[in-house]
Amino acid sequence: MTSLPHSHAAGALRLPTTQRRWGRPWQTWQAWKWAPYVFISPFFILFLVFGLFPLLFSMWLSFQSGSISAGLASLEFVGWENYAFALGDEWLWKSLYNTLWLGLVSGAPQHLVAIPLAAFIHTGFTRWRNLVLGAYFLPYITSTVAIALIFTTLLSTDFGVINQGLQQLARIPVLGAWLPQEPLNWMGRAETIKPAVAMVVFWRYVGFNTVLYLAAMQTIPKDLYEAATMDGATPLQQFRHITLPLLRPMMVMGVTLSVIGGLQLFEEPFILTGGRGGTNQSAMTTAMYMFRTAFEFNEWGTASAISWLLFLCIALLTWLTGRAFARGGMES
Amino acid sequence: MNAIFRFLGAAAALCAAGLCQAQTTLTVAAFPSVDKIVKSAIPAWKKLHPDVDIKVVAREFADHHNAMITSLATGTGLPDVMAVELGFLGRFAEARTLDDLNQPPYLAAQYHKRFVAFTIGQATNQAGELAALPTDIGPGTLFYRDDILKKAGLAEADLTRSWESYVEAGKKIKAATGAYLLANATDIQRIVIRTGLKEGEGVFFDKNNKVLVESPRFVRSFEMARAVREAKLDAKIGAWSNEWSEGFKRGTVATQMMGAWLGGHLQNWLAPGTRGLWRAANLPAGSYGSWGGTFYAIPKKGANKALAWEFIKFMTLNKDNQLAGFKAEDAFPALIEAQNDAFYDEPVPFFGGQKVRLLWRDAVPRIPALDVAKHDAVAEEVISTELDKVLDQNKDIATALADARALIERRSRR
Repeated sequence: MTSLPHSHAAGALRLPTTQRRWGRPWQTWQAWKWAPYVFISPFFILFLVFGLFPLLFSMWLSFQSGSISAGLASLEFVGWENYAFALGDEWLWKSLYNTLWLGLVSGAPQHLVAIPLAAFIHTGFTRWRNLVLGAYFLPYITSTVAIALIFTTLLSTDFGVINQGLQQLARIPVLGAWLPQEPLNWMGRAETIKPAVAMVVFWRYVGFNTVLYLAAMQTIPKDLYEAATMDGATPLQQFRHITLPLLRPMMVMGVTLSVIGGLQLFEEPFILTGGRGGTNQSAMTTAMYMFRTAFEFNEWGTASAISWLLFLCIALLTWLTGRAFARGGMES
Repeated sequence: MNAIFRFLGAAAALCAAGLCQAQTTLTVAAFPSVDKIVKSAIPAWKKLHPDVDIKVVAREFADHHNAMITSLATGTGLPDVMAVELGFLGRFAEARTLDDLNQPPYLAAQYHKRFVAFTIGQATNQAGELAALPTDIGPGTLFYRDDILKKAGLAEADLTRSWESYVEAGKKIKAATGAYLLANATDIQRIVIRTGLKEGEGVFFDKNNKVLVESPRFVRSFEMARAVREAKLDAKIGAWSNEWSEGFKRGTVATQMMGAWLGGHLQNWLAPGTRGLWRAANLPAGSYGSWGGTFYAIPKKGANKALAWEFIKFMTLNKDNQLAGFKAEDAFPALIEAQNDAFYDEPVPFFGGQKVRLLWRDAVPRIPALDVAKHDAVAEEVISTELDKVLDQNKDIATALADARALIERRSRR
């Protein structure tokens, strides 16, 4: 008979002899050893089911080919063929170009506008600060689909408010010459779809970045500004030499988030173009192309390969972003 | 104690007598508005099969088909009866995970003649298996605004004589009323490529999977779309968008070519205020086509197959059920005998009293059967993108079609 485990139990807790009547199972169930695992298991179970399994399944699927409706067993292993096909696919490269264009044109203004805006709110408002900040933050917490649907109506060629506004502005004598005289077919022409989508994405995320930068600005000690004022520095010089350098950590985080979010952009272009990507697929981002490859063209293996190629792009660009900021820090 | 045993004994006896009969449940997966049609047929079904309950699993159109894709892939969560729309039928049928209804115990070959001819072809895969039975079709028709036409001094024949006369009529309408002829130049392209097919040809591929996009009908379709766009006759709006429905409400779009079921949508929510102003005609240049269509299928790994087959026969071969679907949800019957009813002779007020149902019924036998191919969706996207380049960036048509052929060949090799 093996030795009973209760002799190794933590000193304070000893099993009373009366309970030995129930036998070994009672004594091997030591709550203090199993409880921690039970408490952290919900997270791990959910992560395994909804996080890890889809990742691994997608990886497995990217090496298979065939029609998924015929059953998983009917798929055949094709090695790197899906990746080779995707790399030679002109639509994938077009979608990557679209994604990078949209990411840059919507992402750069987000930060270039958010930093001065945060500085303005930081110094300009005291009583109304939270209200103003909340107003800018509101688009971020509103449902993407609702925003995109409203903008579809606003961007309508013949009935949209944006075009009507532009028409009114075009009547102004000098300024009007710079504006388009005819209603712009925002969602119909390839040249205007990208700016339209970028505009919606910018409007949505500028408030989020403002909140981030404002939070960072509030951690900068006020005596730095006081010392600079006493030395005769103008507000602009203070902004350039105190605020900006000290915002660097937040900039790193903000830009990284924008890079990742921009490369994964899906909802706004999807709703605005009705799921097709627009004229000549101008607004079809890589995430949208992957979605269409799976659900419209029924090529799940290729779609999985595209998703992993996109992951490589995101990883690469995130690493480059980190290096760009780190190098800048060492130089200064 | 004794009382309890007596009570239990009495209950057991009652159960044995049949009051606790085993109820079977038949699961039917559907999307709007097929789910409404199924639900309204349940009372009639219960009269024939009182011990069989119908459970309708209704999802939105895209969600339903995605759920069916995943269920067929894994073999679990499958319904007993699956409603499938034409757009997805091709890939489900080719996947061979639906029961072949020509085989025993179904033996559907005896019913082929009772359905509209082209629907059986649509549901048959390349191996010759019948994957589903048709329940409704969408005969193609040209809806037009009679008042706009009259203001431009035109008659219906000017629209329908030929594609050239259609475009000429459009120019006159634009000049007289300012209204656009149609919603998008791509509409005309899509219809023209579906006319004039040779025997054994699909829209994009022929029987040997050769790509057909450089054939004359494609060239003509691109030329017609360009002509419409250059004359500024199209409103450049996508179907089902807010602008599209606004265009109908305000009368800025004079015609629309689509399935007959659009009449119900126009009446209910697209443009109810334009009652009496619309008419329906056959498609221009003697073209005939169909838009969509619903089918019922039995998955290979489904349960209750005998009951499922009874249900499918009940919904598709029963004249009353087919007509009920038509009256309630505008689902034009695929069953030929359901097209013989006084209901078709009624004048329809929304169309100014025109007997539109007769028009559609007469068009149905002339709709050609189009072969469905596995890579149709990809080919559709390639042609759509090339058409965008032709219309938006003035790309040369011959180059565009040659590029399209190369791209389709590359993608369809997989």
